[in-house]
Amino acid sequence: MAKPLHEPGVMVDGFRLEQLVNRGGMALLWRVTRPDLAAPVLMKVPRIGEGADPAAIVSFEMEQMIMPKLSGIHVPKFVAAGDFSAQPYLAMEEIEGTTLLPRLSQLPLPYAEVADIGVKLATALDDLHRQHVVHLDIKPSNIMFRPSGEAVLLDFGLSHHDQLPDLMQEEFRLPFGTAPYMSPEQLRGIRNDPRSDLFALGVLLYFFSTGVRPFGEGERLSTMRRRLWRDPVPPRALRPDYPQWLQEIVLRCLEIEPAWRYPTAAQLAFDLSHPDQVKLTGRAGKLKKDPFTTVLRRRFNTDLTQGRAKPGSAAPPSSAPIIAVAIDLTQGSAPLTEALRITAERILATVPSARLACLNVLKQGRISLDSVLDEQGHNKKIDRLVGLRHWAEPLKLDEDRLTVHVLEAVDPAAALLEFVQNNRVDHILIGARHDSLMRSLLGSVSAKIAAEAPCTVTVVRPPRTHA
Amino acid sequence: MRRWGKAVLIALFADIHANRQAFEACLDHARAQGSQRYVFLGDYVGYGADPDWVLTTVMDMVGQGALAVLGNHDNAVGEPSETMNSEAQVAIEWTRSQLGPEQRRFLADLPLTVQDESRLYVHAEASKPKSWIYVKSTVEAATSLSVTPAHITFCGHIHTPALYSLSITAKMTAFTPVSGAAVPMLPGRRWLAVLGSVGQPRDGNPAAAYALLDTDKKEITFCRVPYDVDEAAARIRKAGLPPWLADRLHTGK
Repeated sequence: MAKPLHEPGVMVDGFRLEQLVNRGGMALLWRVTRPDLAAPVLMKVPRIGEGADPAAIVSFEMEQMIMPKLSGIHVPKFVAAGDFSAQPYLAMEEIEGTTLLPRLSQLPLPYAEVADIGVKLATALDDLHRQHVVHLDIKPSNIMFRPSGEAVLLDFGLSHHDQLPDLMQEEFRLPFGTAPYMSPEQLRGIRNDPRSDLFALGVLLYFFSTGVRPFGEGERLSTMRRRLWRDPVPPRALRPDYPQWLQEIVLRCLEIEPAWRYPTAAQLAFDLSHPDQVKLTGRAGKLKKDPFTTVLRRRFNTDLTQGRAKPGSAAPPSSAPIIAVAIDLTQGSAPLTEALRITAERILATVPSARLACLNVLKQGRISLDSVLDEQGHNKKIDRLVGLRHWAEPLKLDEDRLTVHVLEAVDPAAALLEFVQNNRVDHILIGARHDSLMRSLLGSVSAKIAAEAPCTVTVVRPPRTHA
Repeated sequence: MRRWGKAVLIALFADIHANRQAFEACLDHARAQGSQRYVFLGDYVGYGADPDWVLTTVMDMVGQGALAVLGNHDNAVGEPSETMNSEAQVAIEWTRSQLGPEQRRFLADLPLTVQDESRLYVHAEASKPKSWIYVKSTVEAATSLSVTPAHITFCGHIHTPALYSLSITAKMTAFTPVSGAAVPMLPGRRWLAVLGSVGQPRDGNPAAAYALLDTDKKEITFCRVPYDVDEAAARIRKAGLPPWLADRLHTGK
């Protein structure tokens, strides 16, 4: 077995130990250097030795398997790994700054800041979930932010990768996680549902916006199991000024059954970014916990409370895409908007968890400040919003699957691209203008979107007419 | 033991079962990935319509350094006492009529197991290799791993891919591999890779199955390769073999 490390200056596999930065329960964190690396990196060394928890070893093995597979801005960059035959370690990029942990003394935070943290975390989770990983230990001490603002998720020791063997699942009968943040299904031994991370994020948003943990801190299994049937006190009962849209989002994240939460982290990020578009349900105004009868029904529903559930097949993020459709509401474009609606209808029919964002661009003059009112004194933006809803009405979508957005911009293509980028849109439908004079004057918006959008693009044309 | 270069990509094939179209597709795929060495885990014949071509190809590759072990169908060619189900029995009797003396001698001389550095190759469960026990669960996997110090054991026989591992605390884990996703073979545990079948997949996916081991990255990738099922099935019917052997190729069951 490996020798323990203590001294700065010791060399491990070409790395020089510089400074012990953290002494955690499961691992030590060293700042280390290597001549070929421009900056110091972090080396995580598991505490394993006599009497060590076998979970520490397995969890370290999981992290060693998962980290090299991850990429992108929302995880620390993997540098190197050493195995158990010599000195086990993981070397990774050091993220500047601190975790969210020190913020705990400042709670509750302003609502806008909580929503901002939520958007960043949901964006990071969406990225992780698309890389086949469920984190399963989302909590303040595992979250950092880059100087550029993006959230970075740390510690994949409890994570599940749906293309790799789950060593934790097979090895232990007891659930692993952090008590206050653990989802009901995690308590029942299910480890492959990305919506478990949305529950943990819901706990964090609740805690950061109220200063109270929704399910307390109890680590005894009996205390933790209460969340299988008992819902938390609605935030509005704790803070009367709590915004309804935020309570709607937080309580939806904290739904006991994963199917009642957001289908994906991207859809959660979407709602947190568009508070005015959040569909308010019974959750939004709640001031009391669910009535005793409801709780009793859940308590004795064995589907919800049985011990180790069989791992089900959780839906991948691709099954609940965000679809955007760009609609021209001007006169004479009826055949095209109709064709767009038919195309949207076909796509929505095949993916029932998809949501649709209807977009229209209100073009602004390059120099002049345009009036918000048209010649008849109508508010142009409101007229457009009404027009978009009217376009979408025949689709008969539930309100929580439909949003409408009027983007005010000088350059329509750039505005659409920005929306697609910021809202992690998976698929955009756009009509091709066939008016050749307009196109030659303005350039083709659809061609620019097709060339530059980071997602799937469908260019729709009106039906062929007889020549 | 022969020494090879340090880092190599090894392609492993199990249960080819005289399916030329599937075997060719897997070989092409493996070569395109840059495979440098080849390992055959038994059952070259039986069920399929091209035992001659498949066996000639395997023999040529063994002549160039590939490794091969014996499977139960290969054994049945020379040992009529080997018990099999009726369709397999019909197929193996037909197969005997297709093979020459050199091919029979090659099969008769195949070893039950081959040890290759830290790897063990065997057709079925390794503790009693000639009992042809299916590795169906962690129970048989544990028995198989108990008789070898090898870091990775490779076997076939059951026609359904699986990956088992044994931790230092003696816990077994089971995993159904995802096609094309490389899995790190952590050195702290011991592994049993059960390969799917090249020539007669039975996991509901008709694509041919084989695996690639990257000894540098210490990763295994289970691969699925589409092939001309219609042609393979037509040849089985044309040879007068039981039609079910042709039909099942379409569904992979």
